[in-house]
Amino acid sequence: MSIDALAFYIFAGVALVSAIGIVVSTNIVRTAVFLLGTLGSVAGLYFLLDATLLAVIQLIVYAGGTLVLIIFGVMLTSKSPWMKFSATRGQIVGAAAVSILLAIGLWALVLKADWSNAHPMTSAPQVADVGNALLTDFLVPFEAASVLLLVVMIGAAYLARPEK
Amino acid sequence: MVGLTHYLVLSAALFSLGVLTMCIKRNAIGILIGVELVLNAASVNFVAFSKYQSGMLSGQVFAVFVILLAAAEAAIAIAIFMNYYTNVQTIDVDRGDALRG
Repeated sequence: MSIDALAFYIFAGVALVSAIGIVVSTNIVRTAVFLLGTLGSVAGLYFLLDATLLAVIQLIVYAGGTLVLIIFGVMLTSKSPWMKFSATRGQIVGAAAVSILLAIGLWALVLKADWSNAHPMTSAPQVADVGNALLTDFLVPFEAASVLLLVVMIGAAYLARPEK
Repeated sequence: MVGLTHYLVLSAALFSLGVLTMCIKRNAIGILIGVELVLNAASVNFVAFSKYQSGMLSGQVFAVFVILLAAAEAAIAIAIFMNYYTNVQTIDVDRGDALRG
């Protein structure tokens, strides 16, 4: 087994086990820590897919930013960090049935499709190539995203302000 | 040999687990975590297709925008949850039934 395949199976295993942990754990703080495991191993998968820029963005923005935001949300919205709510047994069974059916359908689709013309890229794209694509072919969505970030900043500050 | 199918199978599993999380969590932040899981599964798909289609960077650029939108969505969602918490005194989504007919 090559080192790439070994790394893939390790990262995929950690991602799946953490995702199962997210589903199973009833404690919201543990759920957030399991999310960190999934996000980190997905960043590792990006490295394996030659998307170095994305892997670093994933670690900085997701693991560094969004996750801290979620932890702050947990801290600000609970009287004690160990409080639990859980769904009823019937809801859990129904949701599990739906998601297992969804997974089986997606797997059947993926395994049945003909991927014979999908060849891996011969040369890994550089960070500069992604930057060039962002500022030439994808300039309009890039600028729209910056406006969106401004709106989100103002909106979040407005929504979270204390009542007068 | 790890190929495109491996990544697609993994991301389908992550997606289903994210949907399951969204369905069974009663804590609003748990539901947000489920959404993040689903978005990550979609990004893995985008990046995998980007690698297995020569000369195309669109997948990676799309994944950048997905991460950006996920961060924006988390910021707004947490602000809404804090408002919800001040109004209902809990973060349990089943208790927010003020508009129920």
